[in-house]
Amino acid sequence: MDTEISLVVDGTPHAVVVDTRTTLLDALRERLGVTSPKKGCDHGQCGTCTVLLDGRRHLTCLSLAVAQDGAEVVTAAGLADGGLHPVQQSMLEHDGYQCGYCTPGQVCSMVGMLDEAAQGHPSHVTDDLTADVELDDAEVRERMSGNLCRCGAYPGILAAARQAARG
Amino acid sequence: MRALDYRRAGSAEEAVELVATHPGARFLAGGSNLVDHLKLGITAPGLLVDVSRLPLDTVEHLDGDHGSVLRIGANVRNSDLAAHPVVRSRFPVVARATLAGASGQIRNQATTAGNLLQRTRCVYFQDVTTPCNKRDPGSGCSAIGGYGRYNAILGASDQCVTTHPSDLAVGLAAVDATVVVLGAEGERRIPFEDLHRLPGDRPEADTTLAPSDLVTAVELPMGPEVERSTYTKVRDRASYAFALVSVAATLRLKDDRVDRVRIAWGGVAHKPWRARRAEEALTGGPLDEQAVRAAVDEELAAATTDDETAFKVAMVRNTTTMTLLGLAGEAAR
Repeated sequence: MDTEISLVVDGTPHAVVVDTRTTLLDALRERLGVTSPKKGCDHGQCGTCTVLLDGRRHLTCLSLAVAQDGAEVVTAAGLADGGLHPVQQSMLEHDGYQCGYCTPGQVCSMVGMLDEAAQGHPSHVTDDLTADVELDDAEVRERMSGNLCRCGAYPGILAAARQAARG
Repeated sequence: MRALDYRRAGSAEEAVELVATHPGARFLAGGSNLVDHLKLGITAPGLLVDVSRLPLDTVEHLDGDHGSVLRIGANVRNSDLAAHPVVRSRFPVVARATLAGASGQIRNQATTAGNLLQRTRCVYFQDVTTPCNKRDPGSGCSAIGGYGRYNAILGASDQCVTTHPSDLAVGLAAVDATVVVLGAEGERRIPFEDLHRLPGDRPEADTTLAPSDLVTAVELPMGPEVERSTYTKVRDRASYAFALVSVAATLRLKDDRVDRVRIAWGGVAHKPWRARRAEEALTGGPLDEQAVRAAVDEELAAATTDDETAFKVAMVRNTTTMTLLGLAGEAAR
């Protein structure tokens, strides 16, 4: 079953006809040529397909494109606006990129994570659920646990998050 | 993935009608579990009825026919549920159980009702090349005698030994929640404990719901007295893994004695396991280590284990003891 949907991707509006079975990830990569989000496990376990969907970090491999009609998608590539986004800059300075495959997902996830923390959202390791959030290393590790890196760039990614959290 | 039709429901009533009149149709909400199952070939519905944009996405404090309740809409995202100020302050067990599950991205996607209706992560259920009575009734159970680290120790049958994967469901079992369901005959309310079922000889049925029953909300009773509550999850990794064992507990003490206690276990049964025998054993007595261990052992008298699951007995006992003593303000030895 084909359906026409509209998506705004990194500020550019698109209309695209998709089969019901098409995931948002495949619609972005295969239909629109937006290759910033990567296909890793394709089952929601690695996080490399993460984008910001209507402002929140979101897996595109576990979403059907047809259900996201009208959505606004920001990919890691779209975060750079005339210069690197502060999270991209921090990742660069702390060698968080390594091979680069998991990177777009790590970057989008970190931007979403910092926003959630700024809104005061607690995590599994937060001691006091009603207090302000302090992004220590344990908090960053837990909040970024949905993103896997096979190079083991985690120390650099953690350092990048620490710097980005300081603003 | 097999070809399938897609309809976006304009109302909850329309959604129920669509699924009721299209055999094999399924509701689609957050999709974090269902889309994976479509890819794996675990399910192949002819029609998806998208309920994700129905206005069931608020958390409200209501005083009405059913007492003072916190009503959580079916489409409230797991991240929003865990971040809600009233959930955090009055129902820490629900906030913590929600935060213990999945990853930040998935909690932004997964909904309250979808979380409760997610299916088992038994490796044989997920591998369509192996027999599984839950996926393919009558085909057999590969988990019996197979990889069994996540298998049940309570309430299993000779046809299915799997466990329910949800953390949130265990939290809700410990706060006496009510599930609000819209079915073909109208709205009804069911106690949380009656939502999920044990496998028996129908392991394919996770719940007591009909296929066209739409969960529209979950209600948490807000009594005048605030209880202490929390959720402890034990797993193979620190983050982003399913529970080997988990414990949800609420506690109210009066004059150093247990006035009211609720205990629910995850990772041990086909459904969130409400430990009623243990609750009864503890009520009225002191909350100390000896009492908790004895109460847990009373509940676990019915446990069945093998080499793969034997560790869970001690793990449930220790985790429950640590959790309850923690709530009472005492450290476990």
